Amino acid sequence: MRIAVRGLRLVILVAFAVFFVIPIGWLILAPTKADGALVTSSPLSFGSIHQVVLAWDHLDAFSDHIYRVWIGNSLLYSFSATAIVLATAIPAGYGLALGNFPGRRVVLTLTLVVMIMPAAALVLPIFLELNALHLIGSVLSVILPFSFFPFGVYLAYLYYSTAIPRDLLDAARVDGAGEWQTFRRIALPLAKPIVALVFFFSFVADWNNFFLPYAVLADSSQYPIQVGLSNLLSSTPSFNPAQGGGGQQVNIFRPELALATLLAVIPVAIVFLLSQRALVRGMLGGAVKQ
Amino acid sequence: MSSPALTSAPVEATRPRGLHGAPVRGRRTGAGVSFILPYLPFLIGFGIAPMIYALVLAFTTSSGGWAGTGNFTRTFKDYRFLPAFEHILLYTGVWLGALIVFVVGLALLLHGRANRVSTGFRFLFYLPGALAGAAAVLVWLFMLDPAVSPFSFLEHNVFGVQLFVQSIAPGKLPFVFAMIAFWTGAGGWIVVMYGALNTIPYELDEAARIDGAGPFTIALRLKLPLIRKWIAYMLILSFATGTQLFIEPQLVNEASLGLVPDTWSSNQLAYQLAFRYGDFNAAAAIAVDLLVIGLLAAVLIVTRTGLFRREG
Repeated sequence: MRIAVRGLRLVILVAFAVFFVIPIGWLILAPTKADGALVTSSPLSFGSIHQVVLAWDHLDAFSDHIYRVWIGNSLLYSFSATAIVLATAIPAGYGLALGNFPGRRVVLTLTLVVMIMPAAALVLPIFLELNALHLIGSVLSVILPFSFFPFGVYLAYLYYSTAIPRDLLDAARVDGAGEWQTFRRIALPLAKPIVALVFFFSFVADWNNFFLPYAVLADSSQYPIQVGLSNLLSSTPSFNPAQGGGGQQVNIFRPELALATLLAVIPVAIVFLLSQRALVRGMLGGAVKQ
Repeated sequence: MSSPALTSAPVEATRPRGLHGAPVRGRRTGAGVSFILPYLPFLIGFGIAPMIYALVLAFTTSSGGWAGTGNFTRTFKDYRFLPAFEHILLYTGVWLGALIVFVVGLALLLHGRANRVSTGFRFLFYLPGALAGAAAVLVWLFMLDPAVSPFSFLEHNVFGVQLFVQSIAPGKLPFVFAMIAFWTGAGGWIVVMYGALNTIPYELDEAARIDGAGPFTIALRLKLPLIRKWIAYMLILSFATGTQLFIEPQLVNEASLGLVPDTWSSNQLAYQLAFRYGDFNAAAAIAVDLLVIGLLAAVLIVTRTGLFRREG
């Protein structure tokens, strides 16, 4: 009986592991094969490195190196927005945690509510607002909304309201340091782990965002990679037989599409794997006392 | 956090250089306000103002006059409105069901296992989270194409699917999207649930075992109630997120040559109303519908689950 239960448990866990991991394995292997071989050979077999190079050449040639442009755009949007997030969210969390001013609770509550609301709920309202301001089509219409990251404020707030000994800050003030000096010399260096965490989360959220840039950008040379992928998808005959002629011209088939997807997730995958523990701590931080 | 104050003791040494200028008279008020000033424009500009503007648009006509609930009834009567909401509700229902059964089930299965085995499995489950957004959808478009999928034997034999178009037949889409969402997000939740389970004091577990409770009883009667608020959090948050579905049907629409309408989900319908028809008031009305769902969920989580309670 015992062994049967244990065996069943293992079978369930392994079955789910297969479900979660096999698609990733397939994605990594797909660019090593030609489009025809994807159909004929075993789905999880390895082709050759040569095919990867070939697939990259096709991908890179697509629409005059636009794939590189999309990756460059994503880097530009994600890094500049994240820089603004760090410059605004860390001090804001500090001020909310240790400050005492009218409206503090209002700002805190609003931050919390907007943070929990799904980001997509705000995309159309933001689009309508930017449209009224005639900012649609500008790079700023992506970077500025990305720069608002309430979760970062919340993380910094949590950290400063729990982890920083108040005596330390008081001591600094006794020594005659002003508010900003105290923040810069003491509070900011102490918050290095939280700065890293906010950087991770903000970067990943920006890199993966599809809906907002899809709505506010018109020119394909401005697309970030997520929107670029959808553009690639509609140019390939792999899922649209009717797209056949176009597919022949652009040379984008399943291996190219798989390679494009794989390359697009590498930055996030790195960040993601590095931050698993931090993610849990961040999510549990609200309720669970360590 | 009873008396938080930047300037509690040595006020004399501190001269707040807030942009608000004048040295604060009450001394306790005003301290620290300068730190949130750089953040405020973003909170207002991309958090509060869009909501207010969407509300304004939703209650006015294209010429700026008062429309009352006109935009809401007009969009409600649109022949695409109800199907879109049906789609996302069915999708969200399937997804939430999968989350509650499998996330909680797997977390309980993993909890109390040998540490290294458990860590390994949690890592594997968590892995797909790296492929969010368009990437996850593209991967699953491949997985759903029996011609290339490593799961083709299942598709042929269990689901009777021979062609890609059969995989994304309209009736199956809510399930397909729920599966994609589960694939990318479940691992993160499993890790969170597992973390919550770990906060249960060991003595409780042991006491139950001494009383003769088996692993099933302990899991269902002891552990499950103790992580209830985390499950509630997951469900409310996922419900709100689920109703905002956009990217999955949008990409499938592009991959299916219009077999799947571009107004499959509510957010898509709002998007089409704004972009194809230039009817911003109708788009705003739907956006407000969805906004209210998201807002309600957020307020519910903040006020009811107690997960974000920091100040008494």
